[in-house]
Amino acid sequence: MAFKEIELNMGPQHPSTHGVLRLKLAVDNEVVLRVEPVVGYLHRGIEKLCEHHTYFQITPYTDRLDYFAATQNNLAYLLAVEKLAGIEVPKRGQYIRVILAELQRLASHLAWIGFNANDIGAMSVLLYGFAEREGILEIFEEYIGARLTIHSLRIGGVPHDLDAKIISMILAALDSIPARLKDIEMLLSDNRIWKHRTQGVGVIPADEALALGLTGPALRAAGVRWDIRKNIPYSSYEDFDFDVPLGTNSDVYDRYLVRLEEIRQSVRIIRQAIAKLPGGESRATVPKILKIPAGEVFHSIEAPKGELGFYIQANGSEKPERVKIKVPSFINLQSLERMCRGYLIADVVAILGSLDIVLGEIDK
Amino acid sequence: MPEMREQLNNFPILQNVFDKLSRTFPGQELVFSFDRQELAVRVPKEHLLKILTFLKDDCGFNTLSDVIGLDNLNIRKEGEKRFAILYQLYMFPAVQRLRVRVEIGENEVADSIVPLYPAADWAEREIYDMFGIRFAHHPNLRRIYMDDEWDGFPLRKDYPLEGKK
Amino acid sequence: MTEKNAKPGFFFGSLDKLITWAQKNSLWPFGSGLACCAIEMIATAASHYDISRFGMELFRASPRQADLFIIAGTVTNKMAPVVRRLWEQMPDPKWVVAMGNCAVSGGPFPTYAVLQGVDKILPVDVYIAGCPPTPQGLLEGLMLLQKKIAKEHPTRMIYARDARTTE
Repeated sequence: MAFKEIELNMGPQHPSTHGVLRLKLAVDNEVVLRVEPVVGYLHRGIEKLCEHHTYFQITPYTDRLDYFAATQNNLAYLLAVEKLAGIEVPKRGQYIRVILAELQRLASHLAWIGFNANDIGAMSVLLYGFAEREGILEIFEEYIGARLTIHSLRIGGVPHDLDAKIISMILAALDSIPARLKDIEMLLSDNRIWKHRTQGVGVIPADEALALGLTGPALRAAGVRWDIRKNIPYSSYEDFDFDVPLGTNSDVYDRYLVRLEEIRQSVRIIRQAIAKLPGGESRATVPKILKIPAGEVFHSIEAPKGELGFYIQANGSEKPERVKIKVPSFINLQSLERMCRGYLIADVVAILGSLDIVLGEIDK
Repeated sequence: MPEMREQLNNFPILQNVFDKLSRTFPGQELVFSFDRQELAVRVPKEHLLKILTFLKDDCGFNTLSDVIGLDNLNIRKEGEKRFAILYQLYMFPAVQRLRVRVEIGENEVADSIVPLYPAADWAEREIYDMFGIRFAHHPNLRRIYMDDEWDGFPLRKDYPLEGKK
Repeated sequence: MTEKNAKPGFFFGSLDKLITWAQKNSLWPFGSGLACCAIEMIATAASHYDISRFGMELFRASPRQADLFIIAGTVTNKMAPVVRRLWEQMPDPKWVVAMGNCAVSGGPFPTYAVLQGVDKILPVDVYIAGCPPTPQGLLEGLMLLQKKIAKEHPTRMIYARDARTTE
């Protein structure tokens, strides 16, 4: 009896699919021939809900998209609304937004390194990553009262100013990160098993990556210098000095290195923002009922997962006509098929982890 | 359209694109608009692939950000079609954006741009799932969010939020 | 006195206490992490909040090895048959905790795609509200479940075989 091709089903309930993702794999013994992701198991209808809520009421819904970095989603949505309505955010508000957004990028990457390492087998790193994340979530609990889905930004700026206590909490959290990163690197970066499992796995050339619409750290690991914070700066990012890490081999190992380096650069940005924090208001005056005249806008930011964009069409009332969310993980997941072809089943887990997808935002 | 060209004086790359498009496709009902620093052009459905190929090969818009579907049931003017599809393009590494708009009627079939921009694959499936617009020559046109047997197209304006019973 | 109302004697009563003590202090969760609440569930299992003090650190990947089903996140109509099938695969005795507003009653999503509460397809023992509930909230809910388990009579299977073990 010789069967050539077997169809394997991974998910939608699976410990390593990072959510409710279903993968249909066609395998020949252990080698993967085709991968077809099936999504939609977490489709909640957020875009339709947006048409029935006011601009202010939509902001908490955007938290639930990429729930690892809720402030980044808020920022993308609010920048689009402010562009549409012509609202100017004061400088201090912009700096505080950068601080909060970069803290969330730290939280997202720390959770990512935990999950990816856990999938490949290094379980201690999960606990290290989450322990460090706790320090950051406590800052948000002090600032806005919630840990995960936080609604920490408002139209026109930020809800509260940063006082001395929160700033000292932020600096304390930043001080403990380099030591933690050193621990993680000591466990993983030169580890022979880690390198065997991640080097040369999931390679995608740069031109194919661009054609497939890949964005975020996976694209930068392929050597393409595309970071919206540098190319189309928003919210005063042009005032800060930071590097954009690039990879060369475009494999899982390079994506891991790129994200670790991004953590260090985020720490740099936050320190600069705190040092240069200007005075003034932290929120512009916005009318209680915000009606935006007809028009449309598309705005995107560099979220931890990639390019997160919002298209908003206004119709003159206080509710939008259409909100479309351009989700990085949705487009990144399309390239999973290309990355997994020819590798082993165990590599699919490593590659899927390195893409860093969140089903909350894929399924909207 | 000299006033349109005037508005783009501070954006030389976009002005260049405007000139090229106006020169290469004269009299083909291209309608430009420049609002909130974003350039958008409405093209007729039949010439979509031709114009997108020109934009990709000759104007440098080598990447697609998103494909967006719209249901204009409540806001359309007299004589306009019901649906619209927007293509959000950008050029890398020069970093300029352009939005291309196509109007689609109720039972019309749109052209798939997957041969040109592979990134549009799932975005077009999503538009089919949510609005019911079919795409010709799409490699795998199936529902993506809802079950395959789902009845109705949720993002249409006449579909209730809580769903049909 | 019918079989069903039979009070356990001293021997079976003590055996009940022993069995429920063992059950409630070593629940093995089947973490069905669906959405945002899953992250708080994992944070509860991590070292700061340490679910291991309650004996529940062993999250199983397969439902056949678990006895506590924590539904953390939104259950959509597409996912509902999957959740039901997973619950049916769990062996008795099993308990269900609905964590988060979405699992309790659909949460902030009253839409066409979301099941308005997981108790439409499963019997739920403890409801934990919150969006997402904090780790302290999840732990309080689990402690409530432990109190509920302590009141059960598993030895009824022995002396009153036609009655149910969990009510």
